[in-house]
Amino acid sequence: MASIVAVIASTHHPFYYRASTSTGADRPPFADEWVRKITAFRETLTRANPDVLVMVGSDHFHQLWLDNMPQFLVGKAPFYDANWHNEEREFGLPRMLLKGQEDLSAHILRAGLDAGFDLAFSNELRIDHSVTCPIITLRPEADLPIVPIYTNIFAPPLPRPARFVKLGEAIRTIIQEWPSHLRVAVIGTGHLSLELGGPRQFGPHGPDPEFDRRAVEWIATGDLDNCLREVTLDSLHAPGNATHGFMDFMLMMGVAGAGAKADYVDTLDLFHTMEAYFTWYPNGVPA
Amino acid sequence: MSKYLLNKFLYTVDRDPALVERYREQPRELVTWWEAERANELLNCVTGEASTWLRFTGEERDALIGHDHCKLFELGAHPFLTLTLFIAMFERDNTEPLEYQKAYGARMAHFALPYPDIAT
Repeated sequence: MASIVAVIASTHHPFYYRASTSTGADRPPFADEWVRKITAFRETLTRANPDVLVMVGSDHFHQLWLDNMPQFLVGKAPFYDANWHNEEREFGLPRMLLKGQEDLSAHILRAGLDAGFDLAFSNELRIDHSVTCPIITLRPEADLPIVPIYTNIFAPPLPRPARFVKLGEAIRTIIQEWPSHLRVAVIGTGHLSLELGGPRQFGPHGPDPEFDRRAVEWIATGDLDNCLREVTLDSLHAPGNATHGFMDFMLMMGVAGAGAKADYVDTLDLFHTMEAYFTWYPNGVPA
Repeated sequence: MSKYLLNKFLYTVDRDPALVERYREQPRELVTWWEAERANELLNCVTGEASTWLRFTGEERDALIGHDHCKLFELGAHPFLTLTLFIAMFERDNTEPLEYQKAYGARMAHFALPYPDIAT
């Protein structure tokens, strides 16, 4: 059976690529520290030596639209083109091409449907920065095949937080039952407190540092009980109008398992939103 | 209220660089043309199938023509779509980093929780 060699949860900050590659007067003052933290975070994936990456993210109204909106969708394709015109325009992100791990996609779809998750699928999916940001930060070679899994954290009505956790728990079991010798890393990205297109956007910190502090504590300690007690679809409006992306972190807490303390935790307080990086090693820390 | 149609306008204009420029320079012409020619287009159909019933209210049309992102927020347009398109149109006029983004937020300072419902 396949083994899950790392579970990684991260914010996806579309400004990292430009900040980390800019030079001279264009290089922001926080870039060097950011690159140091990302380089250390990257090492947590490298040392797990994965063969396949399952990538959990959320389409930002690129390919998935309100005329036909899935709640959870699994990509099943041999390749995924990546990044969209408006992501090149606004963030300077490069066009990319990633290989797909189609047999694992098929396994997740079949087993997910049988486990009670009515997963949508796509055979031609262009992925966006929710998936490519962690490729750029964690595996910039972009050489490993992926299975993209999209969640709807964007277009209400949304699934409730507990459903994200349940799907994460199911994904873990389903991958562990995949008849393969391959080493799988599960990587998911979301947000801490975040405001987009509202009065609290682009402040000197994230819109709700106290929420961020508690959120990092929940994730780092695997405290799903308190997280699920305090986080609801309604409560997530208070820290910032785009904070429902935190539910992707909750999905990843489900993958890691209730009570699982993260083996690696780091944060970076930036303007607009806080960065946060977590890695779990379900089979123990690699030598 | 046609929040869906507001979102469809923001989404489809944002994806087309020529339409972004037309919306920046000639908003009345672009909004009028879009409502007449594009509002009822089914996005994944290239033949004659189209919807027949989609139109803006006067308030929605005026907000779009006026580049009034505060009014669009009040009407429940999706804030991510509005922000993305308006950055595409106006960030180029910045004299310092994030100038437009910060001013955009400052113009919305009168909004308090709960924000307008964006469910479509």
